[in-house]
Amino acid sequence: MLSMLRRPFFWIITLAVVAFALAPVYGNDVSLRESLLLDALYITLASNLNLILGYAGYVNFGSIVFFGLGGYICVWLVNSYSWPLAPSLMVAGVCVSALALIFGLGILRLRGAFFALATIGVIEAVQAFVENFTPWGGSAGIYLSSEIFRPLGGPAHALWVIYFMMVAVMGLSLYLSYAIKTSKFGLGLLAIGQNEDAAAILGVPTPLYKALVYSVSAFLPAIAGGLYFFKSAFIQPSDAFDLSLSTEALVVGMLGGQGTVTGVAIGAFLYEELRGYLLTSSTFANFQLVVSGALLLLIVLFFPGGLMGFIYSRFPRTQKVLE
Amino acid sequence: MLGIFASIIDGVLVGLVYGLAAMGLTLIWGVMDVINLTHGVMIVAGMFALFLLTSALGLNPYVAMLPVLIGGFLVGVALYWISIHRMVGRPPLMSLLSTFAVNLVLIGVGTAVWGTALFNVEVSVPGISMGRYTFPGAHIVAAVLAAVIAAVLYLFLQHTRLGKSVRAVANNREAAELVGIPTTRVLAISVGLGVALAGISGVLIATLFPFTVLSGDGYQLKGFVVTVLGGFGNPVGALLGGVALGLLEGAVTPFVPVSWTLVIEFVLFVLVLIAFPTGIFRSRRGAL
Repeated sequence: MLSMLRRPFFWIITLAVVAFALAPVYGNDVSLRESLLLDALYITLASNLNLILGYAGYVNFGSIVFFGLGGYICVWLVNSYSWPLAPSLMVAGVCVSALALIFGLGILRLRGAFFALATIGVIEAVQAFVENFTPWGGSAGIYLSSEIFRPLGGPAHALWVIYFMMVAVMGLSLYLSYAIKTSKFGLGLLAIGQNEDAAAILGVPTPLYKALVYSVSAFLPAIAGGLYFFKSAFIQPSDAFDLSLSTEALVVGMLGGQGTVTGVAIGAFLYEELRGYLLTSSTFANFQLVVSGALLLLIVLFFPGGLMGFIYSRFPRTQKVLE
Repeated sequence: MLGIFASIIDGVLVGLVYGLAAMGLTLIWGVMDVINLTHGVMIVAGMFALFLLTSALGLNPYVAMLPVLIGGFLVGVALYWISIHRMVGRPPLMSLLSTFAVNLVLIGVGTAVWGTALFNVEVSVPGISMGRYTFPGAHIVAAVLAAVIAAVLYLFLQHTRLGKSVRAVANNREAAELVGIPTTRVLAISVGLGVALAGISGVLIATLFPFTVLSGDGYQLKGFVVTVLGGFGNPVGALLGGVALGLLEGAVTPFVPVSWTLVIEFVLFVLVLIAFPTGIFRSRRGAL
């Protein structure tokens, strides 16, 4: 672990996280904070999806399930059992990870495209469960009272606390992506992404590694979901399992360059800024899906390496520093 | 007793339509190993084409199938050149993403134009009564047409020169190229056929049920299950897979909420694939 401290990329991540945390504090800029909160959320979702998409080469259409389930578990614990926020988040993360491991052991026996199709089934299954599960309010959802913000020092103060926690989750996602990429586990995943049969023959325990990475990639998105829905004090199935967020995480990963840590983070940041602009512009507000679809198509057709693929080929020396 | 019999017939009628809805998907999948994620939205395009043709031109719904067939073929050929041509032979995940991207664009345009409101098309075909039960005429016509279309497709693939080329390309693209089959043209035609089939199934489904811009997803998901049950690119297998699904739905609906049926079908999908990791009909893969 200590050897991480000597790597320049570790300090680049740290610098980025500190900049995120401090930027809105300087000048007490609330609107900047809200926009950066969404950036941090997208970076978290995309980085964790990248573990499975970019490293192991498996498309997961259902990454939003982790986010939504985490949100539900956290909001439910806060609302029905009056738990404080921090332990609810931890329980949400652990439960969703465990569930992903169980699901993963089942569906990750499927290869390639079949796995991608099965992840669509996971979305359907979880959504059907939540809509019929009365303790979670079915399709009406759960509303939190404003009382919940009191332990965090009232609503205004609570929003700052939530922002710093979201930035911390984003930082952990980036460190995790980096740590996995430089580990033996990560090497195994990259081998699976290149040629799964060859990897298995060379001794990579492929089913175990795939199930593990599916489970690991569930943990931080679940916590981010908990934070996000605690902040909005309201959760319902159509928000929690909004398929477009899953889609956007895929687009972002491809945009930045799947398999890279920096690219995915930058891609998420750029995409979220673009989306913010499109949503406020009157011409494009209805065409958000069209824009992400067209963007994805162009990247897949013409720039399969994404932003980082382009940078690596133009400036080969950056490969040594930027993972 | 009569009740069980009636629900079996109902399952078969609905199942034949599911089979038709899956046929285009499984054809493209079998021929070029591309999972066409625009399939659902093409079904919806067929539904809205029917809506526009009947409401604007006052066409009979079943006559409207012809322009949808031609239009669907042209759209399919365009789809091939836009999003599939560069992906053939590359990892299947890339074509998955490229067709998914086109799907997003079309869904985005559809929701911007029509929103997510319900539409429906009025069809009056006399039903057939059997004791207390009446089977709606539109269901019977749709099921019969589905079976006829599957038979025509089967004969086309088995007995025409073009159909044999399609099977040859599915079997081994390089070998087909070597014996002088214009593989690129055959691939484009296959996608055209697949999309035309999706459009026609959309027309028939729209005569049965009300629909929205997002209705295609459910049929596309059922299409995956039908494909692994019935075999890749096999039109008769698709009908049988569809009927199996229709009967399964009839059997489970009294016991579980409707939102669970798709989950049960997906569990079936996963179980079949785990039991037969390379597909039930692997030995016939590419042989159509």
